[in-house]
This record gives sequence, C-alpha cells and structure tokens, in this order.
Amino acid sequence: MNTLPYTDQHHTFRKRLRDFLESEVIPHADKWEADHMVPRDIYRKMGSEGFLCPALSRKYGGMGGDFLYSVIVIEEIVRTNQSGLFAQLHSDVVVPYIESYGTEEQKQKYLPGCVSGDIVTAVAMTEPDAGSDLAAMTSTAVQDGDEVVLNGAKTFISNGIHCDLVVLAAKDPAVPTPHKSVSLYLVEDGTPGFKKGARQEKMGLRSQDTAELFFTNCRIPRENLLGNKGEGFIHLMQKLQQERLVCAVWATALANRILNWTKNYCRSTIVNRIPLSTSQAVQFALVEMQTDLRVGSAFLNDLIIDHIEKKDVVKETSMAKFWTTDVANRIANRCLEMVGDVATREECPIVRMWRDVRIHTIFAGTNEIMKGIVAKFMRL
Amino acid sequence: MLQLNKSQIQIQKTAREFATGEFDKDMARDLDRMAEFPKEIWKYAAELGFIGMHFPEKYGGGGMGMIENVLVAEEFCRKDATIGSSVMLSDVAADGLVRFGSDELRRQYIAEILEGRMRSGAAMTMPGGNDPGDAPGLTVTEAGDTWKINGKIEGLINGGEADIYCLLCKSGISDNGSDDISMFLVEADRPGIVCEKKHDTLGLRMTASSRVSFHNVEVPRTNLIGRKGRGLRQARQMLAEFQMLLSALALGTAQGALDRTLAHVKQREQFGRKIAQFQVNRHKLAAMATQIEQARFLTYQAAVCFDTKKPDPRLIAMAKLTAAKTAVQVAYEAIQLMGGYGFTTEYDVERFYRDAKALQIIGGNERELSDDIAEAVIGRIRK
Repeated sequence: MNTLPYTDQHHTFRKRLRDFLESEVIPHADKWEADHMVPRDIYRKMGSEGFLCPALSRKYGGMGGDFLYSVIVIEEIVRTNQSGLFAQLHSDVVVPYIESYGTEEQKQKYLPGCVSGDIVTAVAMTEPDAGSDLAAMTSTAVQDGDEVVLNGAKTFISNGIHCDLVVLAAKDPAVPTPHKSVSLYLVEDGTPGFKKGARQEKMGLRSQDTAELFFTNCRIPRENLLGNKGEGFIHLMQKLQQERLVCAVWATALANRILNWTKNYCRSTIVNRIPLSTSQAVQFALVEMQTDLRVGSAFLNDLIIDHIEKKDVVKETSMAKFWTTDVANRIANRCLEMVGDVATREECPIVRMWRDVRIHTIFAGTNEIMKGIVAKFMRL
Repeated sequence: MLQLNKSQIQIQKTAREFATGEFDKDMARDLDRMAEFPKEIWKYAAELGFIGMHFPEKYGGGGMGMIENVLVAEEFCRKDATIGSSVMLSDVAADGLVRFGSDELRRQYIAEILEGRMRSGAAMTMPGGNDPGDAPGLTVTEAGDTWKINGKIEGLINGGEADIYCLLCKSGISDNGSDDISMFLVEADRPGIVCEKKHDTLGLRMTASSRVSFHNVEVPRTNLIGRKGRGLRQARQMLAEFQMLLSALALGTAQGALDRTLAHVKQREQFGRKIAQFQVNRHKLAAMATQIEQARFLTYQAAVCFDTKKPDPRLIAMAKLTAAKTAVQVAYEAIQLMGGYGFTTEYDVERFYRDAKALQIIGGNERELSDDIAEAVIGRIRK
C-alpha cells in the first residue's frame, strides 16, 4: 500500500492542530457560516501556533516542512465543517508565489507576516470576462516613472475581504502577445485606488469571504513587481501543480468525511426494525463509494510523493483534479439521497459539505480545462 | 408521445404567462434566503384557479385532469423552482379530503385551500422511509366524543404555517398485530399544537418543513378522514399523487435550469468563441435536453394514466425517480457550464440544484422507489 510517509513530527503536528481547531474553530463553525465570514483574528491565532505556511523556509519564519504538512492542514480543516479559515489558499497557493519569485527584500518584508497571520494573502487572476480563458484578462499595469499604475476589476477572489496583500495578474497594454504581456504585482491593502467590493454570496463555502477587487489608477512602487516582467503566465503555470493537488486533496478529504458520516448513519439508523446498512443496495452503494475513494487515494498519494520529490506531474495532477472532484460530487450526491429526509436539513453535517464540494469541479481551473491540458500532454 | 389538446396548451401558456409576470428573481432570492413563503403569489395563483386544477369543480377545483395540474406545476417551476414548488405544495392535504373526507369536511375545507384562503400541511414521509406507515410519530385515543392526539412529527410539510393538517395516527393494534393507522384532519389552531422547530433546509426553502408536537390535542370524531384503520391504505394513494406532483416540479426545475444555461452559453465568450460552440459543452446540453424529454415523457404518461384509467403507482414511481434524478443532474451541469457564476446566488441555478436535491429526497428516495417499482415489475415469486 502506498501510504504517505508520515513521520512522528507529522503526527505530532496533526495532533496539535486538531486540538487547536477543536477549541478555537469547531465551536464557532456554525456561527461563521451564518455570518458568511470568519473573524480576522483566527489567522493570527493559527499563525502564533505555527499552523500557517508550514512549508515555508525557516529563514522567513516557516517550518521548512514538506507538502505532507499541507495535506494535514487541509484534512484537519475539513474536519471543522467550515471553509472560511482558508489557510490552504494562503499557505499553499499564494505564499509560494512570493517565496519562489519574490526578491530578497520582498520576502523579508512580507513572509514573516504571512507566517504570523498578520498578513492574509489572496491571488487575483479571474476577471468577469476572463475565467477559463485567462489570457483574455484586461486589467492593465503601466509603468510611470518609479511607479506602476494598475487598472481593472477582478472577481471571485477568495480571501477578498480579509486580504492584506494581493498577488495581482495584470497586462502591459504595450505588449501585443497576451501570454507575454502578463506580470504579477504585489498590492497592499490600503493602497489608494485599490478597493474591495461587496462579498459575493455563494451556494457553498459560505464562511469564506469571496469578493470583487477593483483597481482604479492604483499606484504601486515599481519594486512591487513579483518575478520577471512579462513572465506572469509562466509563473502562474509553474505553481498550478500544487494548487491542483491542494484541490484534489481537499475534495477527497470532504468525500471521505461525507462517506464516513453516511456509513455511520446507515449503521445506526433503524428502518422497519433493521439497520439501514443491512439493505443490500445500501451496502453495495457504500462499497462502491469506498472503492472509488481507495482507488483515488492510491493515485493521489503517488502524486503527493512525486510532488514532494519535485517531479513534474502537471499532467497527472490535472487528471487527479478532475477525477477526484467529480468523484467527490458523485459521492456527496449519492450519500444525501441515501440518507433521505434527514439530509434535507442544514443541521445534517453532510449537507454543508455537499454545498461546499460543488465548487471543486470549477475553481483552480475547471475540469474541462484540466482535460484540455491532459489532451495536450497526450499529444492529441 | 402524448399530444396536448388545445385547452391543455392554453393552460400551459396561461401558467407560463402568470409565472413570467409574477415570479420575480430578486424576490425569489430574498425569500429563499429568509425561508419565507410567497404568500401574495400563492393567493393570486389560487384566485386565478392554478391550485387544484385536477380537483372536482363542486369543491372549488378546476374540474380538469392530473395532466393539467402537471402542466401548471412544470411551468411554475420552470420559471422558478422554489416559488413554484411552494405554491403547488400549498394544497398538500386537499387530496386526502377529496378522496376520503366526509361531505362535511370537504365542504368546510377544500374550497378554502384551493381558493387561497387556507394552506394545508401533511406529513408525507416518516423518519427513515417513504412508507407512510413506518413508525408513525402520532398516536390517537378515543376520549368520549373526541379523539385525543399525542406525539411528534419531524418533517411536517408547511408545519407551523398551515391552517389545517392531514395526519396519520396510530389508532390501536389491528387483529394481525400490526399498528392500526387512521387519518385525521387537525386544525392548526387547536390547543396543544406546538411548532417546535422550523428546519433550516437545503432546498425548497419557501416550503416549511417543521417539527411539530401534539399534546393532548382534541379533535371531534368528525375529523376522521376516511375509515378508522384504513389510514395506511389511504396514505399510499395520497403518496402516489404526491409523487406525481413531485415529478412535475422536478421536470420544471430541470427545464428551468436548462433554459438559463442556454441563455448563458450563447452569450458567454471564452477563447474567442461562445462557450456554446465547444463540442463537449454542446454534447452536455444535448444530454441535458435528452434527459428532460425522458422525464417529461414518463411524467406526462403517468399523468394521463392517472386521468384515463387509474393511477399506476409503478409508472408514477418511475416518473418521480427519473424526473428528480434528471433535475439534479441537469442543475449540476448548469452550474458547471456557468462556472464561478453558477456557484453564486446571483444566478438561479445553484438554488435550482438545491431544490432539485430536496425534490429527489422527499416523497421517496431512489432505494425506496426502486423497491416499489421492483415489486410491481417482478410480482410474486413462487416458493
């Protein structure tokens, strides 16, 4: 069995995190979901206990851990039944951009705050008319002396309300080739001309703050360019392997939790004087779903190990992203329907997860985009 | 395929026009969020005769068939799944009165329900099963000239908001040792009825589903619906009609999700093309439309059978199973085709997906319906 090579340190980390979440997050999860927001302070609490950016180098305050720590954070956050404490986006998607492409000065300036939770990050790529087709973005970045002037609107930005620092993708209008015109910039909250829009209400991930971001003649210092000018697309592409892996691990963790809850429900619920789990149809359905998850985690665990060994598994992570998220939705749908009337109520824990997991086939690149990528790798 | 006649096409058109004129998108989103019943729309729809098209005219119904009722339900949900369902489910107890009620009960209540002066509630499902006889939560005892009801219903449709309820109660033990079940009409304002909790539901949020308890609730003997001890059999017939309605609501929900998706994909551009021009998207839309036609065929067929011969529970279960599954799948793909927009409440399809899921679960889930269909298909097996 290709189980993940967790060490004692990993186990201790998981135990500490679980205890922390049980006292600091789980008791508030329902309230945060109802508020459609988590308190800003929870990031600082996470940070002060060392649960943010575990993979970041020690030099900037991180633990210098491997991707298994990220897997642990995702799995443990799923156990809290809220999605607003979006540590995996901050730690495993946005901060790596700064660590990989930032100048020493930028890293010194921002990374310690990212670890402590004083800085919450977001990444702004999607625009109202540029979703899957990222090259169609129209946000502009024009150099003006020592400054860069930003203009444009971004949408569906996770952590959009809480964020203190945004990694923004914008185009130089002077460069005609879309793929060579995009650069990444670091924009601090509070910069004149940078406005956060209203929270966008969603079917799921309700406690997570999603918002539009607006940039109107927003001037930032030239040195806030992140990475090389004109290489924004390449930078984005290089980080997508991890983002998609995060998405696959997350969806799988949700599916596992939904299935476990359902299995226990079927074992403990008596219908016509016998447990629901004695129904052959229920048994086979549970077996099929458990098998789907077992097959999926074999693949996923391989990819996690390859990813830790810094192998290029872009093709395989694209496969895993669409496959695991499809499976997770299928399992969610089947479990709700099997549980029956109880699963029409929000107090039933799998209902929230059913709502949350619907986005996984869409964000971090839609599953259609994933298949397009794999098709290219297969030279079709 | 069934050919709708002129009057049926006219009803379909009138229902569509009514829904288009009255169902407001922003209002729907607000009512969904706040879990409130669209009272004004319901009253207006009832005044215009859209509620209970298939009930006899002498009780205030439309004197038409189940197919007409199905057409109205479909058009309403096509325009708005949440509003449409809540309006059509307002008469959930009327069927029991029409079929089994005494003349007095019929005269007293059916017209009130169908003309929009009273809402009715019923418990069409019991914890753990679609069989209304499974572990009834209520018991009734004779107390002189009255019946006394005690117990609790977990998921009472329109519970806490309706004016009258149609309830199944354990009324004793029958000769073969099984529970004796009887059906009662209970006015909601009788002392001892407490709505303990209106459930926060994932879908159909304008239709209340509540935990309601009954403490020594006294009803006159005349509130018995049908015959004592026949409640289960009566409830099975009511369940068939309920499932018939759920198929129509699901069918309309699916069509409404497809309508919205088509509008989006023909307008949204990515990679220099309308997203309706990508082959895989086109095939997805083709599959959605195909599933909807299958669901429509079965639903209409079951309704026509309802009107011309007698209700065929097997066909109705097949229709409910197919239409609800279709609604879930079509709304799921609608969200996918709308991408991030589909996941926001700004667009209706996430709500339709939640409503579809609720429609799939209530009134019999896949296992329960498949059990019923299998029994009808396989028949007796010789030992």
